[in-house]
Formats: sequence, structure tokens, C-alpha cells
Amino acid sequence: MKVFSRIYNFLVFGFLYAPILVMIVYSFNATKSRTQFGGFSLRWYAELFHDQVILKSLYISLAVALLSAIVATLIGTLASVGIHAMRGMKRRAYLAVNNIPVTNPDIVTAISMMILFVFFVTRMNGMEMGFGTLLISHITFNIPYVVLSVLPKLRGLNENIFEAAQDLGCPPVKAFLKVVIPQISQGIVTGFIMAFTLSLDDFVISYFNSGATAQTLPVTIYSMTKRPYSPKINALSTLLFLAVMILLLVVNLRKSGEDKKEAKH
Amino acid sequence: MNRKSLTKTLVTTPYTIWMIIFVVVPIALVVYYALTDADGHFTTENIFAIVDYGKTFAVSLELALISTAICLLLAYPLAYTISRMHTRRQSTMIMLVMLPMWMNFLIRTYAWMTILENNGLINRFVRMLGGEGFRMINTNGAVVLGMVYNFLPYMILPIYTVLTKIEQSTIEAAQDLGANRVQVFRRILFPMSVPGIISGVTMVFVPAVSTFVISKLLGGGKTFLIGDIIENYFLGNTGTVNYNIGASLSLVLMLLILISMAIMNHFDKDESAGGML
Repeated sequence: MKVFSRIYNFLVFGFLYAPILVMIVYSFNATKSRTQFGGFSLRWYAELFHDQVILKSLYISLAVALLSAIVATLIGTLASVGIHAMRGMKRRAYLAVNNIPVTNPDIVTAISMMILFVFFVTRMNGMEMGFGTLLISHITFNIPYVVLSVLPKLRGLNENIFEAAQDLGCPPVKAFLKVVIPQISQGIVTGFIMAFTLSLDDFVISYFNSGATAQTLPVTIYSMTKRPYSPKINALSTLLFLAVMILLLVVNLRKSGEDKKEAKH
Repeated sequence: MNRKSLTKTLVTTPYTIWMIIFVVVPIALVVYYALTDADGHFTTENIFAIVDYGKTFAVSLELALISTAICLLLAYPLAYTISRMHTRRQSTMIMLVMLPMWMNFLIRTYAWMTILENNGLINRFVRMLGGEGFRMINTNGAVVLGMVYNFLPYMILPIYTVLTKIEQSTIEAAQDLGANRVQVFRRILFPMSVPGIISGVTMVFVPAVSTFVISKLLGGGKTFLIGDIIENYFLGNTGTVNYNIGASLSLVLMLLILISMAIMNHFDKDESAGGML
């Protein structure tokens, strides 16, 4: 039984990683063939760093992810405090609306916002699809995830401390920043990271709402898949894979380091 | 209104305004477009146009259901064996499951094109062994494969999360009381893992039934899913763009998913009520 389950796990992980491995191998291919391996070369990596379209879309992806995560974290955290205090119907209504972008398929969220933008763009001259609409759409699908990660942290909050700070003469805003925020900071950070990665990874919503001027990296990759094959995609994917792997390793090592430290105390 | 509740209202204001303009109004606009023609007059034509796409809906549902079932069958044993490992190995294995998830799904789908092509790796391997190559890309099978590959981790993770909470001693207690493997699964593991299965099924089914990328890349324009049709009505050539029909198809897709989720949540309640007895 043990042997059987080992073989099974090995096969499933093989299935998960085989395509990634193939991609990495072919990113070093000296020829342009998608299947014939013609020797080792870094040619596609060099071409990648000279491709202005890819570099620009990488920059746009990072900018949108960072900006939308910041705005969504601000709006979402403040809203969580308000929603936390709500009761009954009002609370249920807020949570229901919050869940719309989470449960709807991406394509429905995408076209609903596209209709809104087109509806107003055609009525307001001088406004068009671009970085602005892209950013708005990313903030919109990020906010609910921030609320969902901050709200549970507020449940465990001791409100007496907030009131005690005010009784001791601390103004409410300062008391909020010094007392409430540190207690929910873990939820805020999780929400921010989630918003950032969701935004970086999104294709469908950007595809419908970016216009021709502000294409994100996934949108650029999609248009590359429609053109004749170029191993540049493999080189790009390999680099992204390495970046993610290093990031996850660092996070995990830090975590296990902290666990060890805690175990020592 | 006292000062305290005033601040509480103030902190929610940006959120309320944002969500109304960019979530509620767009959904209302989808409904509005679905029920009007190009000139803005009320019509039920778009809703009835859906009948023409009955077959597309059926194919989308079929492929998504097949993929979800395969994901469930593949994921459950893996999630179970991981949940019975030592804690440290568990976190390594889960990291291995999550790593491909962090790659953009376009890249993951694209990687399969290399493997499945007519002159791709599998066919070259088959020919090397003296066999005859066969067509894999641009078939429904390739689309299902792409869905399973892309969404498998989303099935493994929630099932693992519920299974890891089941104590080994619970399973041993059942075995001590004479339960065999099948009984342990039917009476202990399965009922306790229903919430994980339900969230896994939702996380696989929703993106699978609404995808247009996987069918475009691996179906090669031969497999049309409902997502492809919607995409074509919004971003197709000037002649084919029709927001009204596109909106009505999206509305139906949205309702379809809401209904399936309601049915599944109903299952969850039944199961946990059964577990109580």
C-alpha cells in the first residue's frame, strides 16, 4: 500500500511538473523549433531583455499590482472596521455585495465592468480604455479579498483596549492607529499580498479592460501565443518560475526559522 | 447620530461608493443590456437567442463536469496521503502543490501545446517507438486535459485542509471497532471531508465552465465554449460585436453558477446534519 501511494504521488507530481520542465529545457534551445533540441543557448534570454513590448508590459503589471493593492488595502481595511460594527440586514447586504466579485466567474466581472466603461466612455469625450480603467478594474476585484482577510482578525479584537486608550486621553484617530491597526496588522498584510498577487496573475479582467495602451504581462503573453511560436515565452516563463520559487523558498525558510526560534524559547 | 456611529459610517463610505459604482451598477447594466436592443428598447430577443447556444452551454457544462470529476478523483488520494505524512513533509509537499499555481495559467496552458502538438513531444516519442502519431491538440480531450492540469491544485488544497484536521486516532478507533478500509472511507473520511470537496469542486468548476483561454489554446478554435462566445461578442470583429447578446449569455452563465452553488451548499447541509445523528 505504501509503495502504491508513493508511485501515485510521484505520477501526480510528475503530471504537475512535466510541462514546466519541458518549458525550462526548451528555453535554452539554440534553434527556434518547439520540439527539436538543437543545443544549449541563452539566445532567447538575450532577445527577451531587448523586447520593449514585454518590458513595458512587465512594468505596467507591476505598477497596477502595487497601486491597486495599496488602494484596495486602504479602502478594504477601513470598510472592514465599519462592517465589523454592523448587525443584521445591513451587515448581510454588505457581505453579499462583497461576495459578488469573489463568486462570479472572471469573465462576468470583466464584461460587466467593460460595459460600464464603454457606457460612460461613449458619453464622455476624451476618456478611453487604458491604464485608468485597468487600475479601477483591479482595485474592484481586489477590495473584497482584503475585506475577507481583515474581517476575521477584527472578530478577535478586544474593543475595551481601544476605549481604554481614549479614556486615557488618546484622540480616536491616534487610538485607532496605535491600538487597533497593530492588532489586525496580520490580516492587513495578508490582504495586501493577496491583492498584489491576484492582480499580477490576472488575465481575464485585464484583457477586457485594458485597451490597447496599457497591456499587462499576461495580456502580452496571450497575444504572443497567437503569433508564430517564439521560444521567448519559454525564457520568460522560466524566469517567472524561478522568481516564484525563490520567493516561496525564502518565505518558507523564514517561517521554519521562526518556528525553530520559538521552539527554543 | 452620535459621534461614534458617524465615524463608523465615514470609514465605510469610500467602500460603499466604490462597490456601488463598480460592482452593483455594472451588474445592473448587464441585466439592462440583456433586456434591450441596440437602440435601448426593451426586448426579450437576446434572452431567446440563448436557445441557439444550447449546444454550446451543453458542451461547456459537459467538459467542466468531466474535468471537475477527474480533478476530484486525482486529488483525493493525493490529499489523503499528504495529510498522513509528518508535519514537516506535509508543508514541503503542499508547497510543491502550490508552486505551479503561482505561475500564470496562460503559461501553464501554453506549455501543453508543445507536448500535445502533432509534431510535439508525445507524438515524437510514439513515432520513435515505431507507432503512428495521433492527433491530440485541438480536441475536446486536450481542453479537458488543460482544465485538469490548471485547476488540480485548487482541488487538492481544500481537501487536504479538511483531511489534515481528522486525527489519526479517529481512523484507528474506527478500525479497532472492526471497520474495513471501505467503511472507514464511507463512514469517517468522506462525511468529514464534504466541506473541502465542495469548495474544491466550486474552485474547479467555476473557472472551467467559464474559460475561453484553454479552449482557444488547446481546442484550436474547434471547441467552442460559452466563454469563447461571450468573448467574441465583446472583443470580436466589428461585425460580430453585440453587447446585448453577450450580456444575456453572461447573465445566464452567472445564474447557472449561482444555481449550481446553491445545490452544492444544500448537499453540505444535508451531510453535516447526517453527521450529527
